[in-house]
Amino acid sequence: MALSFKCDTGISRYLQLKAPHVEGFSLVNDENETPRDLLAKAKVLVIGAGGLGCEILKNLAMSGFNDIHVIDMDTIDLSNLNRQFLFRKDDVSKPKAEVAAAFIRRRSPHVSITSHFKRIQEMPEEFYLDFTLIICGLDSIEARRWINALVCGMVEEHGFKGFKPIIDGGTEGLRGNARVILPSINACLDCGLDLYSKKVTYPICTIANTPRLPEHCIEWASVLEWARIFPDKKLDGDDPDHINWVVEKAAARAADFNIPGINYSLAQGVVKNIIPAIASTNAIVAAACTNEALKVVTTCNPYLDNYMFYSGLEGVYMFSFPYARNPDCLVCGKKAGSLSLSANTTLEDLITALRESPVFQLRAPTLSLGQTNLYFQKPKELEELTRPNLAKSIGELFESGSTLTVTDPTLTTSLSVTVTFCS
Amino acid sequence: MLKIWAQRKDDAQKNKSVVPPYRIRLQKDLSELADDPTTRLEFANTSDQTKFTVVYQPPGGLYHGGEFKFSFEVSEEYPHKPPKVLCVQKIYHPNIDTDGHVCLNVLREDWKPVLSIQSIIFGLHLLFMAPNPEDPLNNDAAQNMINDPTGFKMNVTTSMRGGNVMNAKYECVLAPTPAHSKGRR
Repeated sequence: MALSFKCDTGISRYLQLKAPHVEGFSLVNDENETPRDLLAKAKVLVIGAGGLGCEILKNLAMSGFNDIHVIDMDTIDLSNLNRQFLFRKDDVSKPKAEVAAAFIRRRSPHVSITSHFKRIQEMPEEFYLDFTLIICGLDSIEARRWINALVCGMVEEHGFKGFKPIIDGGTEGLRGNARVILPSINACLDCGLDLYSKKVTYPICTIANTPRLPEHCIEWASVLEWARIFPDKKLDGDDPDHINWVVEKAAARAADFNIPGINYSLAQGVVKNIIPAIASTNAIVAAACTNEALKVVTTCNPYLDNYMFYSGLEGVYMFSFPYARNPDCLVCGKKAGSLSLSANTTLEDLITALRESPVFQLRAPTLSLGQTNLYFQKPKELEELTRPNLAKSIGELFESGSTLTVTDPTLTTSLSVTVTFCS
Repeated sequence: MLKIWAQRKDDAQKNKSVVPPYRIRLQKDLSELADDPTTRLEFANTSDQTKFTVVYQPPGGLYHGGEFKFSFEVSEEYPHKPPKVLCVQKIYHPNIDTDGHVCLNVLREDWKPVLSIQSIIFGLHLLFMAPNPEDPLNNDAAQNMINDPTGFKMNVTTSMRGGNVMNAKYECVLAPTPAHSKGRR
């Protein structure tokens, strides 16, 4: 398979050279594919077409990736234009994914680029199964955790076919990071959940009684006053009427307490928890992400193991380290076991088995199956509700091969127990 | 990519069902709550454990004899974010305003994912056993507590019976059954 576009000369040379740092590197793999072939057939999904996404899409198209998909649920805002360079003033309020894809298509007609103006949660698992690799340029932890949990589940269910490395980029002002997540091999996103800084919050009594900062007044208006005046309406940080209302209330309160500095952009910043985005940070992190994607897809050079941190706060500082897996991670560290019992066994006997078996040695196991509670040890209300299940046979409660989620005081997190029925 | 895949160690059988982490964590939190006669949980919908009410009868202190209800709402971001907790009754308390907002550090600025539903319940207990007028949410009640402790005590009793305090009517929160008295004051 030949690469047939103009900007590939640099990449092409690079992919044909023997990489200096790779042990046993060969220009063809066991399937007789060269790094160039692997690059040409890679199908990459970019999640997010914002500050990082625009950079990543441009980089991918210029690096020889042929089949790119982009998904984003957002529309373009005027304030995006300073750094999200695939968008123009006329594009404001159009879907980011579509406009970004159209721009790439115009500039690099040889690249196949497909856009999805959707939430990632709306796409089925089959959609994700189709990709070689996923690159995330997201600003939300929630979305990251969703895709991480999906990908970690896929690898357990489908093996290599469901193995989708995630290259995750993130920026916050002048700081950023890029990481290579290889599901079931290295640390997943939930393993390092503690790394994320949380939303700045102020004690509610300070907001209510002793404001000292303009932010306190804005929180007072947006958290306390809004809920009091509009108990059934959710505050929308993107609705100018809502923010203007907050500004008005906050300004009046700030005047009472002699606090200067209330304005629209600060109010929106506090309500939406906006951290200013900086174009150069995005460019650096996106470059690192694309570079890792290229290396993972083609194996032309060693890829990042597995976390790179960048800070431009004082000078320029970067370092990388292997972030360790968390054995108690709720997503990828779940311990698992299996039991084989007769379908006539009661749930109570199953619980006894979990307590007495030398493998499990649990103390007071609580069991659920998906959304269904099988037995709760506590609180009293749930115990009473689920107690009738104890006398039921497991054949009545679930099918053979079901995987139960078990929690117990002896476990740091949880245990998955697959129960098969023996005759 | 196959080379990368070859690093995988197929050590243990892994979990196939994808149960969202917040649900596992909530199952663990709830099933390991301490046995405590002063506190019970109510579920409006027993198949949805993300919403429940914690009902607390203080075993002593100024609020002895009352029964206080707090709605808990656990989001998908739990335990990264704390649950939303509101007092569903209108009560006279220095740290709880008349809209039900609760000034408790672990519900906002001091929340950490290692904390649990139990930690919040302990925090709520503390608010009733030792109200803190230095960090007020209901300013009038806090001033009252500092300036006139005896009058404050009477106002608390009046408010708990559903009476008026400083021109505001409060909800009757007296416990339907005699509260568990440990006789500590």
